[in-house]
Amino acid sequence: MTANEALFDYTLRLGDDALILSQRLGEWCGHAPALEADLSLTNVALDLIGQATLFLTYAGEIEGKGRDADKLAFHRDVNKFRNSLLVEQPNGDFGRTIARQFIFSTYQRALYQELMRSSDPRLAEIAAKALKETTYHAELAAEWVVRLGDGTEESHERVEDGFEWCWRFVEELFTAEPADAGLISAGIAVDPAKLRASFDATLAATFAEATLALPKYPRPVTGGRKGHHSEHLGHLLAEMQFLPRAYPDAVW
Amino acid sequence: MTWRERVMDVLSHVADPEIPVVSVVDLGIVRAVKDDPKSVVITTTYSGCPATQVITSDIRKALDEAALNDVKIEIALSPPWTTDWITEAGRDKLKAYGIAPPPRGSGAPGLKNAQPATCPRCGSIKTREVSRFGSTPCKALWQCETCREPFDRFKCH
Repeated sequence: MTANEALFDYTLRLGDDALILSQRLGEWCGHAPALEADLSLTNVALDLIGQATLFLTYAGEIEGKGRDADKLAFHRDVNKFRNSLLVEQPNGDFGRTIARQFIFSTYQRALYQELMRSSDPRLAEIAAKALKETTYHAELAAEWVVRLGDGTEESHERVEDGFEWCWRFVEELFTAEPADAGLISAGIAVDPAKLRASFDATLAATFAEATLALPKYPRPVTGGRKGHHSEHLGHLLAEMQFLPRAYPDAVW
Repeated sequence: MTWRERVMDVLSHVADPEIPVVSVVDLGIVRAVKDDPKSVVITTTYSGCPATQVITSDIRKALDEAALNDVKIEIALSPPWTTDWITEAGRDKLKAYGIAPPPRGSGAPGLKNAQPATCPRCGSIKTREVSRFGSTPCKALWQCETCREPFDRFKCH
């Protein structure tokens, strides 16, 4: 993989995580347990789609084959997606959605805090902008984890189950791809392993407040970064990509 | 009026599509007016804010109508927009419209512990946050405990 291809792949991962989670959160529109929760999840989705557009636009420019953000989002097959397995998981109940959001936003906030110092000015400016949005997402998710965990017996159990389900996908977020080595040493990419301590600290503090026990570590499942996805992503894309694929000339 | 003043005058009449009482200048999203080559540099509020596209086309239309069609529009991401760039006039207009202006100091950590909003209707500071996320990315839902009116608060960003 050339340096340019590695940067393309890295930027694609940043964009795909945001894009796929945005699509998942959009499924809550009109279905969340309360109007405020509905507004919150869809606002988070909107921020993420904005971030995805910025990263995918840049990825297309790096690749230099004339693909823009829409082309990358709507005309790519499932095995070409580079998102983590966590973000493509079905929403489950509200407890599982909140667990997934807490894990992802806490990770993404730590990531952007580092990426805003990237030696690649474009990645740095996108991260600096997105960090403000992600700070709100991480706070929202943490507040819900506490509210559910320290709520009723039922809500406690549900958010606990949510974390147990999501936990196998955590490792992937903190694992670099072999092709990243050059980008990391050049100060372009962030070494995700370095974000783990901050993630664990936030997790421990929030779990203590939420009266939740830390999940037991299951065997991690990885592969999303290489395009080996769970069956769920194909179904998600079938819905998301249907219109532009069926009507390629459609415009707003 | 100089050329630059003319451009700024045109921009100060371009309303934000979501909150039409404030202009794009009030919002602080006009970052520069350059004369070589002639361009207006704007920034976005939130990455995914759907108003961005509308704002760009509204600015284009306003410039064209003022015979300033040779002025290009550039979008810059950096430095990232902050609510501290909303002008004093803009803050007053938000308040008069019923939206509590954002707390100052966007860089301050702990959005969670932001000061209570002042009710834009009765001026009480006995207010509570109902939802951090509201009808647009930039607003949160609040309620006044004194006059009981619900209101929007511009989020600190």
